[in-house]
Amino acid sequence: MAKFKNFFATRWGIIGVGAFIGVIAALLQKLGNPGNMGICVACFERDIAGAIGFHRAGVVQYMRPEIIGFVLGSLIAAYIFKEFRPRTGSAPVVRFVLGVFAMIGALVFLGCPWRALLRFAAGDGNAIFGLLGLIGGIWIGTLFLKGGYNLGRVQKTYTSVGWLLPLTMLGFLILMIIFPQIKGEAKSGILFYSVKGPGMMHASLIISLLVGLAIGFAAQRSRFCTMGAFRDLILFKQTHLFLGLLALVTLAFITNLIVGQFHPGFVKQPVAHTMQIWNFGGMVVAGLAFALAGGCPGRQLFLAGEGDGDAAVFVLGMIVGAGFAHNFGLASSPKGVGPHGIAAVIIGLLVCLFIGFTMRKK
Amino acid sequence: MSIIVDAGGLSCPQPVLMTLNKIKEIQKGEIIVKVDTDTSKENVSRAAQSQGWDVANIQKDEAGYRLTIKKE
Repeated sequence: MAKFKNFFATRWGIIGVGAFIGVIAALLQKLGNPGNMGICVACFERDIAGAIGFHRAGVVQYMRPEIIGFVLGSLIAAYIFKEFRPRTGSAPVVRFVLGVFAMIGALVFLGCPWRALLRFAAGDGNAIFGLLGLIGGIWIGTLFLKGGYNLGRVQKTYTSVGWLLPLTMLGFLILMIIFPQIKGEAKSGILFYSVKGPGMMHASLIISLLVGLAIGFAAQRSRFCTMGAFRDLILFKQTHLFLGLLALVTLAFITNLIVGQFHPGFVKQPVAHTMQIWNFGGMVVAGLAFALAGGCPGRQLFLAGEGDGDAAVFVLGMIVGAGFAHNFGLASSPKGVGPHGIAAVIIGLLVCLFIGFTMRKK
Repeated sequence: MSIIVDAGGLSCPQPVLMTLNKIKEIQKGEIIVKVDTDTSKENVSRAAQSQGWDVANIQKDEAGYRLTIKKE
């Protein structure tokens, strides 16, 4: 009875999914994605925010099909395996705010947990400080969880509620087909497209979309989550999700070595800065926000695909957060933190602590 | 009469935390854990087994799953 029918949820399943993401992410760089950014959920959602004009940072505007694929791939998997469960109502507004500050923290470091791992696997030493911050933030989150932090129960809801974010993503894809990128043009119809910088660097639409669908499918089945990996290790000494994370780093490292993308060092790393306190601090905020919201940015997309309306709100929070991050000068650049990045980290930490301390049940 | 842990509607890691707390409290016996997603079902099963408990039965119902976990 206790045997799992779901292979992906076994030990080898999660290792396989982590390995798959590691290899594919490293290869996506070869196919055109930015340096050490084969896949970065935070950066790519930020690029989407740019594509629809929520911010006007000209170098990071592109409708990333990987993100669209993540949500739709998860939706397909959830339907095939009868796991689509439309649900919502567990403090959505809190999840929105956590999404906003998760994005702001991630953009001070310049990457989500996936990218932190990919940067590390490519020899970027600055990522070590980001990863330490991530672990620190999640650790604070586990203290709140032990202390009774809880955003409350979800309610079952209409099927169409679960469909809203997948439909939004489908809409984004349709916009991208109606208004395709025109070489050298910063705008096509209503969509913005970077003509320089990381936003200009991307694999072809079809490859990005197919990769996104495959990862979305596999990650929904396996419950792959980088925040959960550290959280379960700290909270329960459970290594299940952590093995997936280790597989991602290891295989990304090996792939980088093979294709000549491993360049150890701290300076001149692609889309990275060397202000280590803020690499650390940004990810403390992000890690704490992910822990309080119950999933890393990738996991939130996969949850949204299987009908979780609260995860969908977190995703929307992240996209709006990217607007704040670039419009207010909070996001870092290779030159270092933005003019107001440090203030944003402090405010983000205070907001997360406020949420953690005040939302607990006896 | 079994002890019931109602983790329906709660997301990770709450169902696991609640189950482990109950396991710690009663040491042995039988617990019924109510969850609403497949992820929670898998996580609770894995956590119970890591504590040396058996997953004796998994029943699907309207609200999700009822897991019966046991330790003699």
